[in-house]
Amino acid sequence: MNEPEKIIVSEHPDGMSLVVKTVTRWVKSFIFIFGLYIVLYGHLTPGGGFAGGVIVSCSFILVLLAFGKKRAFRKLSLEKAGMLDSVGALGFLVVAVAGALFAGTFFVNWLSVPTSESLNSLLRKMGVGDFRLLSAGTIPVNNIWIAIKVCASIFLAFALLAMLRINETQEE
Amino acid sequence: MNVETITIIFLAFIVIGCLIAIETPNLLSAVVCLGVVDIGFTILFLLLKAPDIAITQMVVEVVCLIILIRATVNRDKSADAGERKFFGLMTTITVIIILFMFMMKVVPLFGDFGDPVFLRAANAPSQTYISKGLEDTGAANAVAAVILDYRGYDTLGEATILFTAVIGAIALLRKKPRKKDAHHKIE
Repeated sequence: MNEPEKIIVSEHPDGMSLVVKTVTRWVKSFIFIFGLYIVLYGHLTPGGGFAGGVIVSCSFILVLLAFGKKRAFRKLSLEKAGMLDSVGALGFLVVAVAGALFAGTFFVNWLSVPTSESLNSLLRKMGVGDFRLLSAGTIPVNNIWIAIKVCASIFLAFALLAMLRINETQEE
Repeated sequence: MNVETITIIFLAFIVIGCLIAIETPNLLSAVVCLGVVDIGFTILFLLLKAPDIAITQMVVEVVCLIILIRATVNRDKSADAGERKFFGLMTTITVIIILFMFMMKVVPLFGDFGDPVFLRAANAPSQTYISKGLEDTGAANAVAAVILDYRGYDTLGEATILFTAVIGAIALLRKKPRKKDAHHKIE
């Protein structure tokens, strides 16, 4: 009678109870998608890169708490999180430097409607037409970079602190 | 009830939560009282029409509470603050009195509740952000327009601070010391 329970326990020896694991399996993707919504609509509705990134990292933290570090690190390992952290910071800086290259000023909003006339004239010469994908210019792009960065660094800090505690209890 | 009264009620709620969190001997109860304080701040930000800050406060509070509860649960060491010495007590009281007198002088300069100073100043930057933010940047959310367009340097500094903090955490919490010929792995 106890066999299915035993299988689950042996599959994930660390982690919380079966109830928590089942709820986590259902809820984690909704939290992830809600975080993405907060990030991508950051220039239109309340929210933005920081809050959305923390929500996305909350879904990874939930997996780490419920299933233990083995399964969580299969989804987002520490090396990958460190890499994403650097990539986010670097991408944010690249967008800022691209302002200096395309529009002459560091950190200028070089994709937005008023300042991208030079870009649009260039595109018109090439026969492409106006650039109208992003209504707020570089703001959504920067939101995405900041979200990647914040998500990775919050998850990294939490995983390191959680592992520190696990090691301490083992020593005790 | 106007907004000012509700604000005062919530501020009193927050102060009571802080006092209980300081004075309670159990660490877990103190952490839960900190959660009460954060909830009070979230509702306050929502009432004062700052939903961006409310979302950020709520989310960061949840992560901080998880970390704090994980750090304190199963480790029921009651906080031992020890006897407060006479000198420390007198210093605390003096600083509180000086701050109170300072605030008595400063607060009347701010004007009434709901009538900010920057509305009266001509060509104040905040008025420019509100009136011209949409046509300058195209972002309907004025907060996003300020933090990522007008004040992008501040956000860059904030990102740098977070990056440095995480690097510091990795360096301090690393299990093994890094060897000279080893790969640069985090663990």
